Amino acid sequence: MASDVPVATLQEPAGRSGKRFKVVRQLFRNRLSVLGLFIVLLVIVAALFAPYVAPYPEDAGPKVHFDRALQPPSAAHWFGTDDVGRDIFSRSVFGSRLALQFAVVVLGIALTIGIPLGLVAGYWSGSTLSTLILRVTDVFLAVPPLALALAVTVAFKPSLTTAMVAISFTWWPWFTRLIYGETLKLRTEPYIEAARALGQNPMIINFKHILPNIISPIIVKATLDVSFVILLGSSLSFLGVGAQEPTPDWGAMVARGRLYLPFEWWVSTMPGFAIFITVVGFNFLGDGLRDALDVWDQ
Amino acid sequence: MNTWQYVARRLVQLVPTLFGLLILIFAIARIMPGDPVRLALGPEATQEQVEAFRRELGLDQPLWRQFVSYVSGLAKGDFGTSIRTFRSVGQDMKDTLAATLELVIAALVIAVVLGIPVGILTAIYRDSWVDNLARAVAISGVALPRFWVGIMLQVSVAAGLGIFPIIGRDGGEVPNTVTGFYTVDALLQGDLGLFGSALRYLILPAFTLALPTAAQLARLTRASMIEALRQQYVLVHRAYGIRRSRIAWHFALRNSLTSVLTLLGLTFGALIENAVLVEVVFSWPGISAYGAAAVLAKDFNAVVGVTLVIGVAFLLANLIVDLLYGVLDPRVRYG
Repeated sequence: MASDVPVATLQEPAGRSGKRFKVVRQLFRNRLSVLGLFIVLLVIVAALFAPYVAPYPEDAGPKVHFDRALQPPSAAHWFGTDDVGRDIFSRSVFGSRLALQFAVVVLGIALTIGIPLGLVAGYWSGSTLSTLILRVTDVFLAVPPLALALAVTVAFKPSLTTAMVAISFTWWPWFTRLIYGETLKLRTEPYIEAARALGQNPMIINFKHILPNIISPIIVKATLDVSFVILLGSSLSFLGVGAQEPTPDWGAMVARGRLYLPFEWWVSTMPGFAIFITVVGFNFLGDGLRDALDVWDQ
Repeated sequence: MNTWQYVARRLVQLVPTLFGLLILIFAIARIMPGDPVRLALGPEATQEQVEAFRRELGLDQPLWRQFVSYVSGLAKGDFGTSIRTFRSVGQDMKDTLAATLELVIAALVIAVVLGIPVGILTAIYRDSWVDNLARAVAISGVALPRFWVGIMLQVSVAAGLGIFPIIGRDGGEVPNTVTGFYTVDALLQGDLGLFGSALRYLILPAFTLALPTAAQLARLTRASMIEALRQQYVLVHRAYGIRRSRIAWHFALRNSLTSVLTLLGLTFGALIENAVLVEVVFSWPGISAYGAAAVLAKDFNAVVGVTLVIGVAFLLANLIVDLLYGVLDPRVRYG
């Protein structure tokens, strides 16, 4: 049939059968990404079942047992105990819950704002609205995220929610920029032009045809960003503008442990180690996904 | 267009971004629900004293008028008064900026010296065990929380082995200020003992700041070197029998330098950003630690000032990188 050729070139890349399977196989071929996936699953399980995993679940709150304060790591207390006798391992397990929640909320907000703005800026590139969006992201990107987030917290009482709001506030422009760039590349693809020529609603073109085809870089960035957001969140808590006592936040726990250095080293060391392991897991996984999905650095 | 016109144009382009940043930070800092004046004066202050101080700071004025007077102050180099130190924010920042720059530059040097050679080596020996090991180490290195690395080094190297001081920037004796960098000033003074002491205080914080960045730099250098080694001319050189390592060091490296340069811009930004964590851990008297203390004290003039200074440093670093492109890569024309 004569119509075969144009139809074939108008085929959207997304939704090709067998692609998903290839990605999974590729991901499992890399040992580091398998390790990353394993760590990530472990952290998710710890977070979901924290009350069952933690040997002393009541220690996640404002409990005190002065009789067993500042004990070094042992069989009963794997990570030792803190200055009021709470089990640091149990608190670290509950900390995974906070960290994941934190990352999901922040990235959820950042994507909700970042995706539509990025699509609009890319699809109608050159329009006043697009220019306005890009200029606004320029302002946000002019300051590194930690510095901007820190400045934002000045307007609020220190709390976990404050840290979340502050980081979401600084994070969306990075997604907007990424999606803008990807949309710009796709805008002139034949299958988009065709949809436009057929008089398709731009909203549908954007969300049904463009978005599914730029989802790979978004997934890779979001996975890697989980680790950055967890690092940033714990940094804010460490600096005292994020989660407060008795919240079992990793960063806040490290900060509190500083008072007992260098002799009671485990109070700071163990929660920091939890941050490190979690972030490594998401980094390995994100890195593997980048290779498997064949996404290149911008 | 010549270079200077290009520089001028880029500088002019920074103005709207900076102005937007100013509006943004100012709006955030002034809509805070807490009462900074009450916080600064303490619970003992009477209502009249609070009102008087509020008037003195101009906080009784409408927001737009506060902004106008802040901007006209800025134009004269006046960043307002800190409600925490009761000094001029400009003076406070001037006193702390050099400490941060010394730390960041030292960290940049360490990150480059560690990161770039590792990136090049892993690209040359791609997929060997060296590469795999270095990759695993580099990806883990990026995951290190800096505040935690600092504490670990304090416990092990500083307190445990006693080689380096745990916190601070000087042992009580400070060189005469020329550049504000203690190490450089001590050298200018010809005082080697003082130089050694300044260096001992500098090393741990600088290393802490540099470590995750060095890891990141190694990863990115590897990627750009691999890209450069894929080019056709590399094949031609290989066909002539030139050794792989020689091609890498002599030809591919120069060609990947421009992307490494971009990385340096990013690196500088990451270092400025994260200096705050290192400064707090090591009680390093820099501008970021000053900013963090200001945030906790709701000292908005200081917060706005520090954020602006960091923003300017960040934007200037990117500008310098852009300009260096033209020097390193003649294909890049200013336009």
